[in-house]
Amino acid sequence: MNNDRENPREMSEESNVSGFDDDNSKKRRVVVPGEIIVSGDDYLPSEGARREGVNVIASRFGLAEESGRVVKVIAITGAFIPRRNNVIIGRVTNITFNGWVVDIDSASSGFLPIDESPRFINKSEMDQFLAIGDVISAKIWSVNTRGIDLTLKGKGLGKLEGGFIFRVSPNRVPRVIGREGSMINLIKEKTACNISVGQNGWVWIKGNDIDSQIKARKAIEFVTDKPFVEGLTEKMEDWFTKN
Amino acid sequence: MSSMETSNLTIDTLRKMFEAGKRFDGRGLFDLREIKVGFDVSNKAEGSARVSLGKTEVVVGVKLQVGEPYPDSMDKGNLMVSGDMLPLASPRFQAGPPDFYAIELPRLVDRAIRESKIIDLKKLVVKEGEKVWTVIIDIYPINDDGNLIDAATIGAVAALRNTFLPGLDKDSKIDYDKKTKEKLPLSKEMGPFSFTFYKLGNSLLLDPTREEAEACDVRVTFGLSSYNKGYMINSCQKSGRTPFTQEEIEKMMEILPKKFEEVSERLKKIL
Amino acid sequence: MAEKFKRPSGRALNELRPMIAKVGIVPNADGSAMFSFGKTVAIAAVYGPRQLHPQHMQDPATGILRVNYDLLSFSVADRKKPGPSRRSQEISKMTEWALSPVLDLEAFPNTVIDVQIYILQADAGTRTAGINAASLALAHAGIPMRNLVCSVALGKQDKEIIVDLDKDEEDFEDGEGATDFPLAKIANTDEFTLLQLDGKIPPERVKEVLDMANKCFEEIYEVQKKALKEVVEK
Repeated sequence: MNNDRENPREMSEESNVSGFDDDNSKKRRVVVPGEIIVSGDDYLPSEGARREGVNVIASRFGLAEESGRVVKVIAITGAFIPRRNNVIIGRVTNITFNGWVVDIDSASSGFLPIDESPRFINKSEMDQFLAIGDVISAKIWSVNTRGIDLTLKGKGLGKLEGGFIFRVSPNRVPRVIGREGSMINLIKEKTACNISVGQNGWVWIKGNDIDSQIKARKAIEFVTDKPFVEGLTEKMEDWFTKN
Repeated sequence: MSSMETSNLTIDTLRKMFEAGKRFDGRGLFDLREIKVGFDVSNKAEGSARVSLGKTEVVVGVKLQVGEPYPDSMDKGNLMVSGDMLPLASPRFQAGPPDFYAIELPRLVDRAIRESKIIDLKKLVVKEGEKVWTVIIDIYPINDDGNLIDAATIGAVAALRNTFLPGLDKDSKIDYDKKTKEKLPLSKEMGPFSFTFYKLGNSLLLDPTREEAEACDVRVTFGLSSYNKGYMINSCQKSGRTPFTQEEIEKMMEILPKKFEEVSERLKKIL
Repeated sequence: MAEKFKRPSGRALNELRPMIAKVGIVPNADGSAMFSFGKTVAIAAVYGPRQLHPQHMQDPATGILRVNYDLLSFSVADRKKPGPSRRSQEISKMTEWALSPVLDLEAFPNTVIDVQIYILQADAGTRTAGINAASLALAHAGIPMRNLVCSVALGKQDKEIIVDLDKDEEDFEDGEGATDFPLAKIANTDEFTLLQLDGKIPPERVKEVLDMANKCFEEIYEVQKKALKEVVEK
């Protein structure tokens, strides 16, 4: 099974919001709720920001980013908020008559309808395909008041076998992936592991042996422990020469 | 933090790792994480301590009250161990009436402390047959990253060693504002400590992280104290369905004294 | 000859106790913080938005803010038995109402945001320290919030209005006695979200109290802001 699960377009969008950028056209600083970010009628408040009179104000704790006239506040802490097209890693918690209930570590459970499995599954053999406690890499195709709908139809999605999963903070995910996948590809290469990173913070690693799996996890935790450091890719390469 | 339950593939991987003697944080199966002890969590407690084992953190406080002795121990003070699994400490803990684990933790610590006789309860009599001191130990987890039980026992011992008796007025009523320099009548021996062995497949381990603990099948807690240049097991409780083999129990018996030595060594400056 | 009024604590009438605030003290939580006014120490942890059980409590129109405040048994001289008391239930509800106006709960239908507040050491002003800690923990958890919430108790010692009473001052009995006036406000606004009073105060002096409180809120806000910024800047 091809384990390259990142969508390149989604990734490069995300990787730009990962901590301090070398590109000076984006100014970033940490703000608290209610703090004035900028003043001026020309600015356009976006996600995490609002306008009050002439000021653009932070509506959450995070990194305020000005990109041209657009001002937003990027979350640097907090729970995973599911969005359509997110690829996530989840654990099956229940089997119903028409699908699987999946814990995606979010305020609502995910649901995988039997029709969204990658091949035809008979209702009587549902638990043979996915049993309680099994892990899947799935895509969110709908977020609505009833819950979160998942699909396994897509490149690189499906049941995950072998290896292990662990959690990182969801807002560190862009750093773990890196600009256009540079960080995650470096780690995969150096450890010869299959790695899949879910937007919900869950990471799957499967290697040829125990030691390379442990190393791959350590490498990822090296990245997540240093969210605001520049030149992380060089530091990661450096780490691999020492470990 | 996640409340997601452990997945099958992670349990399989951990089982294989433990068989090979490996853990994610590089420790050996019987290595303990870094232990940190601090005091004076509350100036309203007669004694208090905070203990962390890695990222697991527990606070323990000792309060003293004066009351009547129990009818079957008229010449002794009383000991009570209580507490709460604060929902603050883990996404798994819910507010509301205590579940089995919330009830179990203080009881395990109670038996380790009580049966070690570290507190000389006979010296806690205020007026023979009428008034005795009651020592109340309250345990509160602040962050659960596995092995709350062993952290709590260290915390209870640390808090006891740091406890001063409050003043009594002439009617033998407590005046909490009157502090004395008199400490609790405690044994000079190190400990007691508890050691909880966890089992996954055929592997035993000590001091698991929450991730490791949640994958395991069963655990057993031993309370150990030093006695006459040797050791005594004062309490024991297996918690969970999966059996332990005799070989496994004998292996634990080999490991326990070494671990007691090690923890004593690490904590002797503090306790 | 009139003597200048002296507070038992020796502080000026409008002087707060030294404050300490730290964020991230409970690694398991989505957000957490400690906040202290002098010897009163509060810790708070936020979990959420997360699933609300039992299901029948879920509200399809909005998320729910659920606050649980309590004293640890050894935080007070006379040991408090573990478990909620009526006082802690009342304070839990007051705190919920003090915090919810800044949160956009309707953005998270069917979910709950759990706030746990515990007092490690009590020397009066516990509910106000709790609100300050909870406000930080909510921000740290990345919950969309209009503003931080700041809280402090004002009071009266006989005829003098004072800020941030400690326990000795709360127990003062001479003259008109002590008055305890806990307040909370949405920072950078004039919206009060907690209003409670025990004691005696004539209506014409309330404005004086609110004006003094406003200066306190500004100081508290700076302490909270600094604690949050240290998350990134350390």
